[in-house]
Amino acid sequence: MTQQQAATTEPVNNYASNMSNEFLTFRLGKEEYGMDILKVQEIRGYDAITQIANAPEFIKGVVNLRGIIVPIIDMRIKFMLGNAEYDQFTVVIILNVSGRVMGIVVDGVSDVISLGMDQMRPTPEFGSVIDTEYIMGLGTVEDRMLILIDIEKLMSSTDMGLIDQVIN
Amino acid sequence: MSTDLEQFYEIFFEESSELLAEMEACLLGLDVSSPDLEDLNAIFRAAHSIKGGAGTFGFTDMTEMTHMLETLLDRLRKGELEVRSEMVDAFLRAGDVIKGQLAGHRGDGAADPVATAAVCEELRKFSEAIYASNETADITTVKITDSAEVKSITSEVNDATGAAALNVNPALTVFSIAFSNEGVSPRAMDNLLSNLGGMGSLEKLILSGDEQRSKLLLKTNSSEEDIWEALAFVVDPANLKIAAEILMSTDADTLTPDPTDEFEAVPSLSGPPYGFFPGAPAAPNDIENIENSAATTGSGRQVTSSHPVAQQKDDKAAATAAETSSIRVSIDKVDQMINLVGELVITQAMLAQTASQVDPVIYERLLSGMNQLERNTRDLQESVMSIRMMPISFVFSRYPRVVRDLAAKLNKQVELKTVGENTELDKGLIEKIADPLTHLVRNSLDHGIEIPEKRIVAGKSAKGTITLRAFHQGGSIVIEVCDDGAGLNREKILAKAKERGISLLDGMSDQEVWMLIFEAGFSTAEVITDVSGRGVGMDVVKRNIQSMGGRIEIDSAFGVGTRISIRLPLTLAILDGLSVAVGDQMFIVPLTYIIESLQPTASDIKTVSGHGCVVQVRGEYLPVIALHEIFNLRPHSTEIHNGILVILEAEGHKAAMFVDALIGQHQVVIKSLESNYRRVQGVSGATIMGDGKVALILDTAALVMASQKESVK
Repeated sequence: MTQQQAATTEPVNNYASNMSNEFLTFRLGKEEYGMDILKVQEIRGYDAITQIANAPEFIKGVVNLRGIIVPIIDMRIKFMLGNAEYDQFTVVIILNVSGRVMGIVVDGVSDVISLGMDQMRPTPEFGSVIDTEYIMGLGTVEDRMLILIDIEKLMSSTDMGLIDQVIN
Repeated sequence: MSTDLEQFYEIFFEESSELLAEMEACLLGLDVSSPDLEDLNAIFRAAHSIKGGAGTFGFTDMTEMTHMLETLLDRLRKGELEVRSEMVDAFLRAGDVIKGQLAGHRGDGAADPVATAAVCEELRKFSEAIYASNETADITTVKITDSAEVKSITSEVNDATGAAALNVNPALTVFSIAFSNEGVSPRAMDNLLSNLGGMGSLEKLILSGDEQRSKLLLKTNSSEEDIWEALAFVVDPANLKIAAEILMSTDADTLTPDPTDEFEAVPSLSGPPYGFFPGAPAAPNDIENIENSAATTGSGRQVTSSHPVAQQKDDKAAATAAETSSIRVSIDKVDQMINLVGELVITQAMLAQTASQVDPVIYERLLSGMNQLERNTRDLQESVMSIRMMPISFVFSRYPRVVRDLAAKLNKQVELKTVGENTELDKGLIEKIADPLTHLVRNSLDHGIEIPEKRIVAGKSAKGTITLRAFHQGGSIVIEVCDDGAGLNREKILAKAKERGISLLDGMSDQEVWMLIFEAGFSTAEVITDVSGRGVGMDVVKRNIQSMGGRIEIDSAFGVGTRISIRLPLTLAILDGLSVAVGDQMFIVPLTYIIESLQPTASDIKTVSGHGCVVQVRGEYLPVIALHEIFNLRPHSTEIHNGILVILEAEGHKAAMFVDALIGQHQVVIKSLESNYRRVQGVSGATIMGDGKVALILDTAALVMASQKESVK
């Protein structure tokens, strides 16, 4: 199930939507974010990174993930949230989006939450560091608010510069 | 069901290519003065198999071509014709045409219709010329429709001696074919029927979708094998029966006025109907076929085909046995396996490192287990890597043809020797080495080997020799192209280089002079032929070899010969590299581009217009590539004389790359950066070092070219 479908207000059946609307929540600064758990491959620590020449600052470099070369993006730098510090608690979420493997650095991973349709709110129109185009909606769990991001759309966007865009 | 047939296309294409290659090899190996019957048979079989397959898939152009080949070959192997070298040439050309047609069906390119027509014409001429000059003409080539002609030939045959007549093929045979319809799609059936129809006149006795069995009656001049071949692709051979009865022609009675005469002449063909094998019992399950055919044709002797069928089955069994000894596996699967094993090796190394820290007394068993694991992993890695390896004979086998054709064209006598055909190298390299090697062989032939008169004057044998040799040396494979020709002419090359404005140094070594021939547009040939002399090529050869991570070297002695050696890594996935450090980052520089490394003195460094740096190396000013500037790194030192300069050469340009330190030489496994990221300027890939860290591999050629542009600015 894609994010667009998940974001629509009318679920086909409640059971199915509950099944797939599981989100991994992570922190960037003081904000809490959520993304589709199915895009997550694994979570690991931050180590042995190799810088890449002339890459934007938020692309920290590449690491060896069991024989494949994986680029690492620091979301904190990209969205200017929190302090980009690297210690033994720094967490890298390895994503598998559109057939590519990449890792994102976040301040911390909290838990996995299922959200029902009634817990999801549409994105209000306002300027934010993340273009609202990449936000699927807002989720509420008790008194917490989750910003649900469409990680696939975000990672394949041109401003991330992760994928060679077709030259016109 | 139509897709069902299409899924076999690829197999057919591959098989046909292999068969064509086999056919070519046989043709080239054929001794024209005393042809080996086995060879002729092998060529015939190859053509025949291609025809059968092509027929099944409805590739009529290929069927026609192979049919003509087959007709001529059939008579050659029956000894009715003498093999002549022109025929071999025609066969080779026919093979090329079929190759073209095959490519056409594959969807890349098409056969040249002019060439096709020419070859057809040639083959036909051979067949007909022989018929005119040979008393024991073969009836198979005569069009059956022309009854007058058939009559005259038949009488001619009858006039001839009995022994000669025995050689004659039966003009027409009536085959009754019975098979089970089960699992045959209507489309395949249509195809089959049109194929059979193409062989002769087809009579359908029972053919309907409801019936489990089909019965056909085919009047044809093709052999039973042909029919079998056409059917075997569609019909389950176990359910197929073919019974033949041989007729001299469509109407035996009218053509052979006196049956007794004919009997004497060709007893085996038209003996008393059932008397020849008095007790020959028909195989029980063939009885209905016999009845059918007997009803249709009153005369003629019945031959049940139980024996050929058995033989076919034997052949099939042999073929299956051969198939099971090797399997076709997609390269992707092999690559995946190589990747996984690579990871296993890294994991094993990591474990070994951890285990080395434990107390060997307490953990003795763990450590011995680790040792065993290491051995097993290494063995596993070796055997997995060997899957991709193929013997170089795959490449070498194409050169006998190239040399033969070219030598004939240039009126030279050349013998090609190949040594070390079983040397194995990576499949990817095999595919890439073919073109450069072809170029070198052609060059040796055109420029190296002299014409026979010149060779005799020079005291050599009239026949030149080109030797292709492959062998392992260290971690690489060496492929040599040697000739005993004229050798390179130092003066001529230098003069030509001067003419082309290439900067020359005094006292260049021979090696350096020889390398000049790899400059773009360089040719010392006085006459431009369609073989070589345009000066395009050697530079391409060098570039191709370099892109494979290889090196090329020339040894030559004037008047004695030339040897060109290509040194390649064993596999494409592994690169010989020098690791260099800049700041705390490590980079890999492909070894093939490195000329030398040196520590410059401060006085060697000059700035140009206060901006760019050049370094003087033995009288040459080379632009300095500061790696830390390009990659925005913080180096240990920005003073060039505190670091190391690595002198690189790519595409004829030299540059000096400034790094902090040299670390070591490695063989590294190339990994793509683009599979999960995008292309990075100045980086051609990445690799994983022994400690699990990623190191980037520099795109040396791009860096050098960029430095050139900068210095021009």
